[in-house]
Amino acid sequence: MTTTPRWRALTRHHLFWPVAVLIALLIVNVPFTPDFFSVKMTDGHLYGSLVSIVLFGSPLILVAVGMTLVIATGGIDLSVGAVVAITGALTCSYISDQTDQNALSVVFLAMGVGLVAAVVCGLWNGFLVARMGIQPIIATLIIMVAGRGVAQLITDGQIITIHSEPYKLIGGGYWLTLPFSIFVVAAVVAVTVLLTRRTALGLLVESVGGNAEASRLVGIRSTRIKIMVYVFCALCAGIAGLMISSNTSAADGNNAGLWIELDAILAVVIGGTALTGGRFSIGGTVVGALVIQTLTTTIYTIGVPTQTNLVFKAAVVIVVCLLQSPKFREKVFGARRSRNLTDPAPAEPVLPAAAAPKPPKTSTEVSR
Amino acid sequence: MLTRRNFLTAAVGAAAAAGLAACAKEDGKSSDSPGGGSKTLTLGFSQVGSESGWRTANSDSVKSAAKESGYTLKFSDAQQKQENQISAIRNYIAQKVDVIAFSPVVVTGWDAVLKEAKAAKIPVVLTDRSVETSDESLYVTLVGSDFTDEGRRAAKILEKVLDKAGHKGPVKIAQLEGTTGAAPAIERAKGFKEVMDADHADDWKIVVSQTGEFTRAGGKQVMAAFLQSNPDINVLYAHNDDMGLGAIQAIEAAGKKPGKDILIVTVDGVKDGFIAMSEGKINAIVECNPLLGPQLMDVVQKVKDGEKLERWIKTEESDFLQDQAKDALPSRKY
Repeated sequence: MTTTPRWRALTRHHLFWPVAVLIALLIVNVPFTPDFFSVKMTDGHLYGSLVSIVLFGSPLILVAVGMTLVIATGGIDLSVGAVVAITGALTCSYISDQTDQNALSVVFLAMGVGLVAAVVCGLWNGFLVARMGIQPIIATLIIMVAGRGVAQLITDGQIITIHSEPYKLIGGGYWLTLPFSIFVVAAVVAVTVLLTRRTALGLLVESVGGNAEASRLVGIRSTRIKIMVYVFCALCAGIAGLMISSNTSAADGNNAGLWIELDAILAVVIGGTALTGGRFSIGGTVVGALVIQTLTTTIYTIGVPTQTNLVFKAAVVIVVCLLQSPKFREKVFGARRSRNLTDPAPAEPVLPAAAAPKPPKTSTEVSR
Repeated sequence: MLTRRNFLTAAVGAAAAAGLAACAKEDGKSSDSPGGGSKTLTLGFSQVGSESGWRTANSDSVKSAAKESGYTLKFSDAQQKQENQISAIRNYIAQKVDVIAFSPVVVTGWDAVLKEAKAAKIPVVLTDRSVETSDESLYVTLVGSDFTDEGRRAAKILEKVLDKAGHKGPVKIAQLEGTTGAAPAIERAKGFKEVMDADHADDWKIVVSQTGEFTRAGGKQVMAAFLQSNPDINVLYAHNDDMGLGAIQAIEAAGKKPGKDILIVTVDGVKDGFIAMSEGKINAIVECNPLLGPQLMDVVQKVKDGEKLERWIKTEESDFLQDQAKDALPSRKY
C-alpha cells in the first residue's frame, strides 16, 4: 500500500523512462557479451564495455548538453557537426605544423585556436538567429553545409595524422585509471548545471524559450541570452571536436562529427526536453546521449547485420519515444493500472495518497 | 551612390576582362594541339573531386604521366557533382580534344553526354569507376581496380601472414566493412569470402562483421565493441587502412598487441597504413593503386592508334608484407 504511491511517484519522475530504457539496453547486451558489466584493469587503466560506452559517448554528451540549452530557447543548432570538424581540423593542422608536437604550449595554443573558431561559429549563429531574426533551422544550416567545406579546406581534403602525446589525453587518454574525457564531460555538465540551476540563468533561458517577446517586455535581454546559448553550444561542440580528433589522433574533415547534430537532438528529446522550448533537463540529456551510445554499442556487439543497422536503431528509438509519450503510456498502461487499483479492497485510500504527491511535485518541476 | 555604381562597373569590367583572358588562354592551348601535328594528343580529364589522399594521388599521377608522355592535359575537378562533370565533358567535346577520360561521380545518367561524344567521334575512357549504360559502345574501356580481386588477394595474403606467424588452430576473423552499399565494401567482402569458402571452409570463420564507414573513428569504435563481445578474435580484415588504423588503437586500449595477438590485413595502402606496418602493427596491405596515370596514357595512345582494347584494363597492384614495408615506405606518394 505504501509502495504503490512511491512507485507511481518514481515512474512519474521525468528521468524514469530514459533511465529504464538505458538499463534495459544494457541488460540486452549480457547474453551476447557475458562479462558486459565487468570492468578490469588493463595497462594501468580501467577497461570494459561500460568504460567504452562513456569514452565513445563523451563527445555526444557534450554536444547534446549544448544543444539542450539552444532547444530550451526554442531554437535548434544544426551546425554542431561542422563545428566539430572545423575545430578538429584547425587544432590538428596547427599541431602537425610544429616541430615539437609534444610541447604543452603547442597543444594548448592549438586547442585555443580551435575553440576560438568554434566560438566564432557560435557568435555567427547567434547573430543570425537573435539579431537578424532568421529561423534557427535555416541560420544554422549555413554553417552545417559550409562548415564542412571549411574543414576540408583547412585539411586540404586529407586526413591529418598527428603524433602528440599530450593532445591524445583529452579524447583517448586515461587519468586516475579513467578515460580523461569523463572528467571533461563531468566538468562541463557540472558547470552547466550550476549556472542554470543555482543562478537565474536557467530560468531566463526557459523564459526566453517560453515566450521571447514577453521575456523582453519584462526586462530580460532575450537577444543576449540567445546569442549566449548558441556560443555555449558551439563551444561544447568545439570541445567535442577536440575529443573526436584526439581519440584517433587524426583530423578527418569529411567524416568527423558527421550527423552528430541529429544524434544530439535525439538525445535531447529522449531526455525529455521539448523541441518547442521552455523547460529543459540537463540530466535527461546526459541519459539520452548514453542511451544512444549504448544502442550503437549494442548493435556492434549483438551482431545486427550491417544492412539492418539503421532499421534496428529506428525501431528502438520509436519504442523510446512512445514510452516518453504520456498519451501512449496512458493508453497502454493507464487502463491496466486503474483496473489493478480498483480490484483490491483498499482502493479508496490509495487514490488520494497517489494524488497527494502530485501538486508538490509539479511545483518542484517548475522550479527546476 | 555614384561611387557604388562606379565600383560595380569596375568590378564587372574586371570580371569580363578576366573571363576574356581565360578564354584567350584556353584558345591558345587548344589551338597548338592541331598545329603541333599528330604528335601531341590532347586529353580531357574530369576528376571526381579531391575527397581523400587517395584521390589527390590519383589526380597527381594523371597530371605527371600526361606531362611525361608529352600530351596536352585539360584537367577539371567536378567537386563530387555530376552536372559539373557533364558540363566539363561537353566543354571537351566543344574543344575537340582527342580523347576524353573521366572518373564518374555516380554510376548512371551518362548516356546523353556520352552519345554526344560518340557523335563527335571522340573516344571516351573511364578511370577508377564504371558506369551503367544502355549502349556498351559509348566508352572504349575502363582503367581501374578490381575490388573483388582485392578481397581475394586479402584472403590469399592472410594465408601467408598466418604461416609467417606460425599460427595454429582456428582462425577467428573480425571484418570491418566499408560504407554499407558502396561498391568497394560489397566486393571486397565478396572476394574474401570466395577464397575463404573455397580453401578454408573448416578452419577460418568470420565471427563478427560490421561497417566502420571507412573512417578511423568508426574502425576504433566498432573494434572496441568487437573485442568485448568476441575476446577470442585473432585476425582483423579491414576494407581500408583508415579503419584498420582506428582498430589498432582499440586493440592497444584492450591491452593486446596489434600485429601479434591480432593479425591485421587491410586494403588500400595509404602512407599512414605503411607507417603502421613498418612499426609491426599491420601484417599485410593489399594495394588499391591510385597511380594509374601511366597506364591511362598508355591506353590513350593505343586508342588513338586504333588498337583493340579490353573492356576493363585492371590497375597494376601489388601486395605488401611487413618485411617490404620499410623499403616501400619512402616511395608511397599518398
